[in-house]
Amino acid sequence: MDIVRSLRGIGKRVVNAVWRIGFGARFFLMILVYSGPSFRRIHLTIKEMFSSGVMSLIIILVAGLFVGIVLGMQGYETLKRYGSESALGTLVALSLVRELGPVLAALLFASRAGSAMTAEIGLMKATEQISAMEMMAVNPIARVIAPRFWAGVISMPLLTAMFSAMGVFGGYVVGVVLIGVDEGSFWSQMQDAVDFQHDVLNGVIKSFVFGIAVTVIALFEGFDAPPTAEGVSGATTRTVVQSSLAILLLDVILTAFMFRGD
Amino acid sequence: MERTTLDLWVGMFVVAGLGALMVLAFKVGNLSTYNVSESYQLQAYFSNIGGLKPKASIKSAGVLVGRVTEINLDTERYEAKVVMNIDKRYQFPKDTFANILTSGLLGEQYIGLAPGGDAEMLKAGEVIKKTQSAVVMEDLIGKFLYSKAEGSK
Repeated sequence: MDIVRSLRGIGKRVVNAVWRIGFGARFFLMILVYSGPSFRRIHLTIKEMFSSGVMSLIIILVAGLFVGIVLGMQGYETLKRYGSESALGTLVALSLVRELGPVLAALLFASRAGSAMTAEIGLMKATEQISAMEMMAVNPIARVIAPRFWAGVISMPLLTAMFSAMGVFGGYVVGVVLIGVDEGSFWSQMQDAVDFQHDVLNGVIKSFVFGIAVTVIALFEGFDAPPTAEGVSGATTRTVVQSSLAILLLDVILTAFMFRGD
Repeated sequence: MERTTLDLWVGMFVVAGLGALMVLAFKVGNLSTYNVSESYQLQAYFSNIGGLKPKASIKSAGVLVGRVTEINLDTERYEAKVVMNIDKRYQFPKDTFANILTSGLLGEQYIGLAPGGDAEMLKAGEVIKKTQSAVVMEDLIGKFLYSKAEGSK
């Protein structure tokens, strides 16, 4: 009866997955419904913005600088073959503002802040702090979850903007200061090619969507984690894996909508 | 509620983020070059616009004076109708010549305005009569081959 058992196993997994999707959707709605207190008692949100946004600053800024430097070096190597080194600014700025900025910043944010959120909430659940709040008629979603959600959603576009700006600066240092591309054409060609609405604003929209996805996944995994040491560690792993996949999938969808070769 | 050092850090974070966004908008993007000055519209008909696109620049003597806003096919004359927004500061004579030119060998196409000597100026909504279409590479090669064949007879 091996077949029956394996079939039963598959069925259980599918049902479990659908169950989790439904619970996740209800969880997301609950966050939105109970997000009033996170603005009325803004210090709750500010505290979380410190731990998820400000604490991610260093990794975001350093990674942005490195990505910009690499883009500058690689872009110069390729563009030199066609004698269009002056387009280096365009290449660095467009690839950062449209794609690399939002995606890489969100991936870093997921592994730096998302995993911490999951572990924190999972541990709060394991030590029965969440149940204690419910006992005292304090809604844990309003008190614990929603401030973290809004902190992540607000921090993400800001971090992305800093990542992209830092990357452009890195490209400038390598291209103009070290290699010697003409400074005037570097900036003017960049300004010619980068459109505020089409490129910069779409990048901000992307990072906003990624912020929602990462924080919801991180908070849900923490909230749904089995209250054991093993359960919390598994939930943290799932947060990083699932939010990375969600970021890349959402990026495909958003890019298809935003930049349809016009 | 007291102010804490935490608030200071988060405030600095938000200011830095918004600052980075401003840098992206003004230094990297083109928000600073959006002309807020008033403009007027001119139209021109071309038998072939080549690779001209909306938002392409309009230059006179190499100076940016406006942008292409709209391109469509006029089915009465079967020619491309190009609507352009010209900066109000610049007026052009009635017999101005509009050419579709290419910047560099493989660069973007733009419209070059060569002013004539008429005393009267073009008013808003008027049509530039004298136009020259884009150079199409295939036509050029065809003509060249044809003249070669003629010459070798």
